[in-house]
Amino acid sequence: MKWIGVLLLLAAPAFGQVPYERIVNADKEPGNWLTYSRNYEGHRYSPLGEITTANVTDLKVKWAFQFQDGPIEVSPIAVDGILYVTGSNTAAALDARTGRTLWVWRRPIPSDYRNIGFPRTSRGPAVLDDKLFVATLDCYLVALDLKSGIERWATKVADYKSGYGMTMAPLAITGKVVVGISGGEAGIRGFVDAYEAKTGKQAWRFWTIPGPGEAGHETWSGDSWKTGGGATWVTGSYDPELKLVYWGVGNPGPDWNGDVRAGDNLYTCSLVALDGDTGRLRWYFQFTPHDTHDWDATHVPVLFDGEIGGRQRKLVAIANRNAFYYVLDRSSGQFLAGRAYAKQTWAHGLDAKGRPIRAPDSEPTEKGALIWPNLNGATIWFSPSYNPQTGLLYVAVREIGAIYFKREAEYKEGTFYAGGGENELPADDASGAIRALNARTGEMRWEFKLHSPAGASVLSTAGGLVFSGTDEGNFYALDARTGKPLWDFQTGGSISSNPISFTMDGRQYVAITADRVLYVFGL
Amino acid sequence: MPMRGVILIAVALTTLPCSVFRWAGRSPEATELRQEDRTAKLVAEHPAQGETPDAVAGKELFEMHCAVCHGIEGRGGGRGPNLNRVHLEHASDDAALKSLIENGIPPEMPEAWYLSEKDAKNLVAYVRSLGTIPAEPVPGDATLGARIYAKGGCANCHIVAGEGTGFGPELTEVGARRSAEYLLECLVKPSTHLPEGFLWVEATPASGETLRGIRVNEDTFSIQIKDSSGGFHSLRKQQLKELRKLRDETPMPSYEQIFSPAELQDLVAYLASQRGKP
Repeated sequence: MKWIGVLLLLAAPAFGQVPYERIVNADKEPGNWLTYSRNYEGHRYSPLGEITTANVTDLKVKWAFQFQDGPIEVSPIAVDGILYVTGSNTAAALDARTGRTLWVWRRPIPSDYRNIGFPRTSRGPAVLDDKLFVATLDCYLVALDLKSGIERWATKVADYKSGYGMTMAPLAITGKVVVGISGGEAGIRGFVDAYEAKTGKQAWRFWTIPGPGEAGHETWSGDSWKTGGGATWVTGSYDPELKLVYWGVGNPGPDWNGDVRAGDNLYTCSLVALDGDTGRLRWYFQFTPHDTHDWDATHVPVLFDGEIGGRQRKLVAIANRNAFYYVLDRSSGQFLAGRAYAKQTWAHGLDAKGRPIRAPDSEPTEKGALIWPNLNGATIWFSPSYNPQTGLLYVAVREIGAIYFKREAEYKEGTFYAGGGENELPADDASGAIRALNARTGEMRWEFKLHSPAGASVLSTAGGLVFSGTDEGNFYALDARTGKPLWDFQTGGSISSNPISFTMDGRQYVAITADRVLYVFGL
Repeated sequence: MPMRGVILIAVALTTLPCSVFRWAGRSPEATELRQEDRTAKLVAEHPAQGETPDAVAGKELFEMHCAVCHGIEGRGGGRGPNLNRVHLEHASDDAALKSLIENGIPPEMPEAWYLSEKDAKNLVAYVRSLGTIPAEPVPGDATLGARIYAKGGCANCHIVAGEGTGFGPELTEVGARRSAEYLLECLVKPSTHLPEGFLWVEATPASGETLRGIRVNEDTFSIQIKDSSGGFHSLRKQQLKELRKLRDETPMPSYEQIFSPAELQDLVAYLASQRGKP
């Protein structure tokens, strides 16, 4: 048996260590975590079931790894006993048994690099064949040799001097690596790009703000489209059958002053479905037309199939920063269901097409307007989890309002272009929760209350567990069916990252980073 | 490792009547009022002229370039810290603050390379005005006030310049942060102004006695409380029968009936003179 394992390991590189087929069939190897959300459908669900509701109280730290800089927001990739992690302009391969480094790669951050409106962080790498793909703050997509960490190619994606940056984990699909960019507070023009995995050559670009002559351009007044934002800073999902890439688009700029950009401002605050081969737009759905609250629609789209209206359908669900939960047909973008999942005061609800029915006094003003949710929204970049066993979607929720102010905005390349700001309500007026929603309807099944607004992703597992972390450093496990807390551990650092689960030597582990430390737990 | 019940970490030193000083409002309405008041005050205090640093002009720059992280009033936001404080961690004086604004704090705070010399000075003036009020004449006698402070037992709860008891907030710099009017309100009706983050709580364990104290820390699973004798208690929330957050309560009594108006005025003068180290 052992010999077969060794032979397989030796034979694997010849065919590419992680061919596309392995990622498509992620469920056939539950012990590995081969793409950002473990599967292309964006589930962040582990089919591993060794750690259960019955034994989770025995979880213990097995090892820890300290990064040089924090905060670390990585979602590690786990391949055959090796964890691949990233920090700002750095990547490493770690022995999953001990946490010892196998190789480390670094790219210097240019001295004139500025991160405008987002932290210096990296949310993870992507893997395909024999390469690891890393997006850098200074906007390079870099391919590293999986075995040595040596650079194979590096392609410039954008000019960081204009305010662009890259913090998301790339998404490797069939032969291509798809990336998005940050910079929505600096008056950039957003895009989603794909590069050939073998060579680094650009395969396609989709501009999130249509140029002159393109459909949707009329939703921007004057020249506002040139500095309209629409960043794409969270990893998308992929449907291998429809060959569609689903990607969330961020807020329009300037954030809190919409006067200079009259119109719906497509495709900001939208989900776009792009042809994976060409980047052509198949459909879009805009959650927050003409947003003035910084409510990016940059979330991991969750793909699943289910019956709605007596028909089995291919669905995509988004728990949006604007506090509404949406279910769409992922072939057509048709709105099927939606409802608020957190406190909000800006809309009376959604109309039959899913467009918000705006409430009065829901815009930032000179004097300040109290609105829920605050600029970071009812949830933000951190992933929800979809558990096929329960049919529930677990979302990490932020219950917090703010007084929004509108100010003049002046565009100056490479500086903030925000047009206002907010005063958050005091900490004791805010709270958080993990909410379990019926994935098809958004109806809440249970909630677990958190002391402060959530800031970390959710992982659910076949062991009937839901894992997540808190701002105050608690890493914890809930019963996936009831929300009852079963186990918690104080990590000593704020958790704003993504739990994953993998196996080593046939045993199940759960990993999470807190501030700059990666913890790995096992029984 | 789950904590079991109440663990008394430290024990009492004093049982004399205690008071807790409060500052900073918490309602949204109060925040708006403060914003307007501050603007009016700034306009009155800093007429825009010549080369004198102009805090009003600085306010405009702050809202354009800094508010995204520090909040529109510099009270802190998702990324930037609260700047409404007497001492800024990274800027000991105005020159250091100006240099910090111009050079940033790598890796998180970008440098404001685009500001002119004048703009940078204006921004410094505004940021300083957030955490420090100008020293101004206050009615009352600070020397007499010091005696009232001692007579009233204030030091049984507060520390000034290293002397006293660390139950309530330290008052060593309170005069640099709070006006005479504000200080008087705190003495007459302490619940008018609560310190930032201050919370008086009452915890009832599943078995054992009910405990009242200042919440010193809290997360989803545990709470740490300091009782009026200075003892710390670490409680596991799941093992509590009830946890009441007494949002509008404070252990500090009103001194309106305890001191005469003249004595209160002297006490305010004493507190207003506590501006910390220069």
